[in-house]
Formats: sequence, structure tokens, C-alpha cells
Amino acid sequence: MEVDYSTEAAVVEGNLRLAEIDRIISRPIEERPGKKYLLALSISSSFLLIGAICVGLTLFYGVGMWGNNQPVGWAFGIVNFVFWIGIGHAGTLISAILFLLRQKWRTGVARFAEAMTIFAVMTAGLFPIIHTGRPWLAGYLTPYPNQHGLWVNLNSPLVWDVFAVSTYFTISLLFWYIGLVPDFATLRDKTISKVKKTIYSVFSLGWRHSNRHWQHYEKAYMILAGLSTPLVLSVHSIVSFDFATSILPGWHTTIFPPYFVAGAIFSGFAMVVTVLVFVRKVFDMENIITLNHLERMNKIILATGMMVGYAYGMEFFIAWYSGVQYEQFVFINRAFGPYAWAYWTMVSCNVIFPQLFWFRKIRRSVPAMFIIVILVNVGMWFERFVIIVSSLHRDFLPSSWGMFVPTLVDLGILLGSFGLFFTLVLLFAKTLPVVSISEIKAVAPGSQPSHAGNHNE
Amino acid sequence: MNENKNLYGVTALFDSANEIIHAAKEVEKAGYKNFDVNTPYPVHGMDRAMGLKRSTVGFFTLFFGFSGTAFILLFAYWTMSVNYPMVIGGKPFFALPSFIPVTFETTVLLGGIATVVGILAVFFNLPSNNHPLHDTDYMCSVSNDKYGIVIEAEDPKFNENEVTELLKRLGAKKIHTVMNPGKESFPIFEGRFVVFLILVVLVVCGGTYFTLNKVLYLEPFDWMLEQDKLIPQEKSTIFTDNKGMRTTIEGTVARGYLPYPFKGQTIPTETLANPLLPTKKVLEFGKGKFLTFCSPCHGNYADGDSRLHGQFPNPPTLHSARAREFGDGMIYHIIVNGQNTMPSYETQTTSEERWAIINYIRALQRAKNAKLTDLQEVQKELGVNVK
Repeated sequence: MEVDYSTEAAVVEGNLRLAEIDRIISRPIEERPGKKYLLALSISSSFLLIGAICVGLTLFYGVGMWGNNQPVGWAFGIVNFVFWIGIGHAGTLISAILFLLRQKWRTGVARFAEAMTIFAVMTAGLFPIIHTGRPWLAGYLTPYPNQHGLWVNLNSPLVWDVFAVSTYFTISLLFWYIGLVPDFATLRDKTISKVKKTIYSVFSLGWRHSNRHWQHYEKAYMILAGLSTPLVLSVHSIVSFDFATSILPGWHTTIFPPYFVAGAIFSGFAMVVTVLVFVRKVFDMENIITLNHLERMNKIILATGMMVGYAYGMEFFIAWYSGVQYEQFVFINRAFGPYAWAYWTMVSCNVIFPQLFWFRKIRRSVPAMFIIVILVNVGMWFERFVIIVSSLHRDFLPSSWGMFVPTLVDLGILLGSFGLFFTLVLLFAKTLPVVSISEIKAVAPGSQPSHAGNHNE
Repeated sequence: MNENKNLYGVTALFDSANEIIHAAKEVEKAGYKNFDVNTPYPVHGMDRAMGLKRSTVGFFTLFFGFSGTAFILLFAYWTMSVNYPMVIGGKPFFALPSFIPVTFETTVLLGGIATVVGILAVFFNLPSNNHPLHDTDYMCSVSNDKYGIVIEAEDPKFNENEVTELLKRLGAKKIHTVMNPGKESFPIFEGRFVVFLILVVLVVCGGTYFTLNKVLYLEPFDWMLEQDKLIPQEKSTIFTDNKGMRTTIEGTVARGYLPYPFKGQTIPTETLANPLLPTKKVLEFGKGKFLTFCSPCHGNYADGDSRLHGQFPNPPTLHSARAREFGDGMIYHIIVNGQNTMPSYETQTTSEERWAIINYIRALQRAKNAKLTDLQEVQKELGVNVK
């Protein structure tokens, strides 16, 4: 298969007219859900139910239902938190950073990736809150004037986390919503159902596609992208501070912030590709979410995968170079200790398999890329597992070493988190336009005035 | 000017981006001010064609973003160094580097919210679902794939015929007039909606009451009020005697509570020896205990001159020859056992305290009956040169 990389590939294929774009994108919303959709929804909501039952058990009997105990005090709860926060990062990267870099191809995948960001952050946010054991007291995490006269400790990385994750969620939600407003207006003018029209009218806020509005809208969108770009980099950096500011060997390293951000983008793109492979097929959007888009995302997966690989290597180098006995032990223990199986799963899934993306055939083959991105998802989950569990289980004092074994409740909650995420994704795919209608129209062939290349006339 | 009071404006639809850019330029050139272009997506170059000024949204973001920075820094300063200062990790109270993450997040949060709320509410004046253009064919077309221009009747130059002519000349495909909507009816005031609102209020209030007063007192929300632990003095079914508390094995003696072997005997004993040396620390300790337990009757300096003097058989002075000749063991015996009117102080004082009191009494006795040799001793202690 020959691909010409010397010219930019068309963002929208098949020479679609604007009305056709409208029809393709709004069709999944207007049609009744099919059998396959209902099957997928019932599977994901069953997972969600299993997770909900396990969370209920945890709340009733306490966090003792989980496998974590001394010395591994942080286990699945925090592994899942970091994993899901990471998944979210691809969405913001696509919607903000690629927007600032004027990557037009982002329009096809941005809306879906942003939605995944929001759902992933929602899923992630649950974990630290459940981990506290009494989530109904989560309000204590925010600084508010209380009867104890106490304030949260603004020096603590855990409080930074609260600020970072809640800001990230709020800004992502606003960014997503502001992008949806024109699409709600389009849907409002398209629908014939009175109930739908009322709902769309409420959410579109009476948007009129007025150019006097578009002018500010575009500016505001750029500002939000500008704000989100450092935000997305800060969020996983701050998550990494939870570990890096401690003195535990294996956690106490300065490489963590960039390493975590690269890993987050890596895993996030893998998840986006995993989901989009199905979406473009099921909803007949192969002309809008094209193979070129997937290929570009695979290239990013390849690049970030190598960054992560570099970080793995550098951790070993620094452990040796620092001359700290404990640090050296942790890394030897990681690779050859009782959790070596997790370490080598991580290395092979994250570093070795993505190398196949050097081959154009594999990069452009949907089944091949699907297998690789699933492996990347698995590998990135194990990366967090390795960082947390293998560092904690054997620290300074051999007398306090121990092993971590997950319980059924642990596994049930992990399954439930996937259930929650995919249930939300499925509901989103059927209720909102999965691709931004107005943005796709703006990059469709022939949609811009022909003097477009001549701005200084 | 506009002769039809109800007229909102004249709309025209075009088929391509090039046409609409041209139309906007011409309308602007013709001197119209109150006109707008509606396109399904932002068309490049339209801002210049319409003669729009640069957007000022950025200033909005800048102002609120920096407000966030200032607020959180002041907040961090006030909470961490004024209201509840606490040393954390050896850092200064106002540890700027560790406040940077929170400062950054708050800046972004406030800047982002202000941008979105600002454009929607201030710049766009939304929500405006009763705008005259809504529910027209014009709006449905520009929502989909057409490009429209609307010249409003409010424009000072507006004349329906002239405007229609101009738009026709520009090659508009469809030209319509749009009327202002009639008298607005607010569905919010319909009976059904009011009943719905009242129901919502009732459910929310009831739910809140139920949550705060009932749910929070159920397991597991009850702040661990119910715990599976043994509570002293309470019943428990774990043991056969149904007591939560265990009784000690017979003959158990608590540490420091060895029973006094000469209880009730009147024969003074000399077998008890004072285990404490009259060090400064012991004397200070004994003084405190003496002032607490002994001075109410015997007086602050053991002169038997307390304010109880004359109300009881007078408590004796401890400076009498008899009292001075008592051995330490005898005084100890009197404290534990009591003597004449004096009750036993066995339960109030520990054995260590009694011995300390005795040491202090000895010091008082010696001070009250000092000899010249004692003075020399003191001077020697103070390093004064004695002739």
C-alpha cells in the first residue's frame, strides 16, 4: 500500500457535502439503538454493576475488603486512579495541544477524545475518594471554613492533587461544552421531536451561528486551548508528585513528572484508538475518522512509547549512578524479584510491541493496531502497578517486607471502573454528536473561501 | 427608517463561502451597521469582511486569571501563616515553592471559567432562545449548509425595499423578512410548571432533611458510632459472666500499690527507712505535696498555725522536740495510719510522695531550729568567705 506523505492528507475523505456531514454525524443520535449497541451496553453496565456491588461492600465493611495492608498501603485504588487520569490526557492533548499546533486532523477525533477525558477523570476521581473509606466526607478535602478551625495543608501533594484533578475536570468539561454549543444548535434546528428540541434548545443556549459570536468564540476556544495545554502537563506532574516528593526508593526521583506525562499521553492515545476503531466502523464514519487519523495517533503512540522506554532505562541508570544501595535494590528487585512478571509484562507491552508501528503496514492495519493498543493499555496499567506495589513491598527494613495479593473486591472494582467508563462512552456515543459538526464542516474540502491562502490581501 | 414596527429584518441565503464573504463586504460598504452573518462554521476572513474589531475576550481571561493567582496566594498566606500557622516539613510558614501547583491550578480554573461564562453571558448575551431568528427556515438553513446574512430593521439606514434590492443584486438565493415574535408567553408561569417546581422543592427539602437527620445516623455513615469493641462497665456476651470488663486474679497487686504491712498498729516501727535522698528535686516535690495535703492543718511552715487553728483540737506544730525526734519511719507510719484526729492519708498519697514530704518536713525542722554551724554550712555552699 503506497501512501504519499509529501502532501497533507485530506481531513475529510469522500468529498462529502456539508449536509452529508450533518447527516452522518447526527444519524447515531436519531436512530433507535441497534442490537449490537444494546448488547455492548448491557455488558458494560453489568461490569459497572459488579463494580458498584464491590464498592458497596467496601463502604459497608471498610477498606479491609481490599488486599492492601502494611507494607503495601497503596495498591489497586491508587493504581487505577493514576491509570484513569492518564487515559484522560490524550483527550486534552488532542483538543488543546494539537489545536495550538494547527493540526487540522484533530477535528475528526477531538470530540470523542475530550469526552473520554471527562469520563476517565470521573472514573479516576472515584478511586482516591473510595480509598478514604468514608467518601461522604470527601468535602473535607476542600479548604472551607469549618468548625475545627483547620485548613487543608497546601504544602501537601495530596492537596495539590485535589486542586489539579478538580481543575482538570472543570476545564475539560467547559472546553467540551463550549465545543458542543454550535452542534446543539444544529441538532435543535434539525430535529422534529418536540422533547428533543426543548432539550437541545436549553443546551444550545439559543446559539445563532452568528459571525459576531463566532469571532469571540474562536478566540475563547484558543484561550481555553492555551490554558488547557499547561494544565494537562501539570495534572500528571502533580499526580507524580504524590510519589516523587516521598523518600521511598523507587519513588523519590526527579524524572517522574515528564515520565508520567509521557506515559499518560501514551496510554491515553492507546485508549482513544481502541475506542475509535469501533466507533468509525459501527457508525459508518470512516470518511471522517479516517485511516490517516489512526495512523497519526499510532505514530504518537510510537513516539511516547519510546519516551516511556527511555524513562525505564534512565531509572535503572540513576539507581546505579546514585550509588544508593536501597535504590539499586529496588530496581533489581523490580526486574528479578517476586513481581518480575509484572515488570516484564510492562516492558514488553509498552516498549517492545509498539516498535511494530515502525512498519507502515502495521500502522495502517486496523486489526494489528487494535491488538497493539490493547497491549499498551495492559502495559500501562502494569506500569502503575509496578511503580506502586514493587516499590512499597520491599523497602528499607527486610523485617517489614511483605507481598500484595489483590482480593476479589479489588478485581471487581477494577472491572467496575472499565464498566463505568465504557457505559458512559456508549451513552455519549448515542446521545451527543461524537464528532464536532461545525469543526468538521470548517475543514471539509471547499468550505473555506478560495482566497484562504491569501490572508494579507 | 423602518415603517413596519414588527419587522425584525431581512434575511438572505447564499450557497458558498465565497459568495457570503463578498456579500458581507458589500453590505458593510453600503454603510449598514446592524447586520449579521450566520454561517454553520466560522468562515475565514469574515471578521475583516464585516469590519469587526479584534475580540477582547483575552482581557477577560487575563483579569480573572490573575485574580485567581492573587486570591490563592493571599489565601495560602492567611491560612498557612496567620490563621493556623504550622511548621510542615521544616518549611517556612509561607513556603512559596510548594504553593506553586495550587496557585497555577487556581489561575487556570478561574481564567477558564471566566472565559466561558464571559463569552456566553457577556459577549453573546446568551441564553436567548426567544430571538426572532429562531424557528425560521433561515436558521435551519444556516445551521446546516447555507450561509446567511441578515440586515436588521433597527439599522438607521434600513429600508425594506432598498435592502431587498441590494441582497438580490448580490446574488442571494432566498430572501425573507423576519418578524419580531408577538407578545411573549412564559411557560414558567403555567400551573403545571409551578406545581412541578413545588414538588421539586418538597423533594429536595425532604431529601435533605432525611439525609441529615436519618441517613447520617445509619451504618456506615454514623462516624463509627457503633463499633465491635468491648466497652468497660458495659455488658458483653463474649464472656460467661456477661461483663465487658475482666476482673483481676486474686492477690494481684498493682504496680506502686504494695499494701502497708503495719496498718492499724500503734507501735511505732523503725524498720521503715527513707529511700529518698534530700536532693533539691525531692524537696521541691515534697514541698508541693506538703502544701497540698499537710499545710491545711499543720500550716505552711509546719508551725501548726493554719486557719483551722482554734476550731479543732489544735493541729500540733511539727517543730516540737517530740516531732523532731520521730524517726522517718514513724512519720511515714502516722501519714499512712493517721493519729488521733488526723485521718489516714494512704489513699491520697503514694509511698514516694510520703517519703518526699518527710524529707521536706526535715528541711523545715532544720530551718526553724538552725544552729550557727548550719549558717556556716550555708555560707560554704554559697562560696562566701568566712572569717
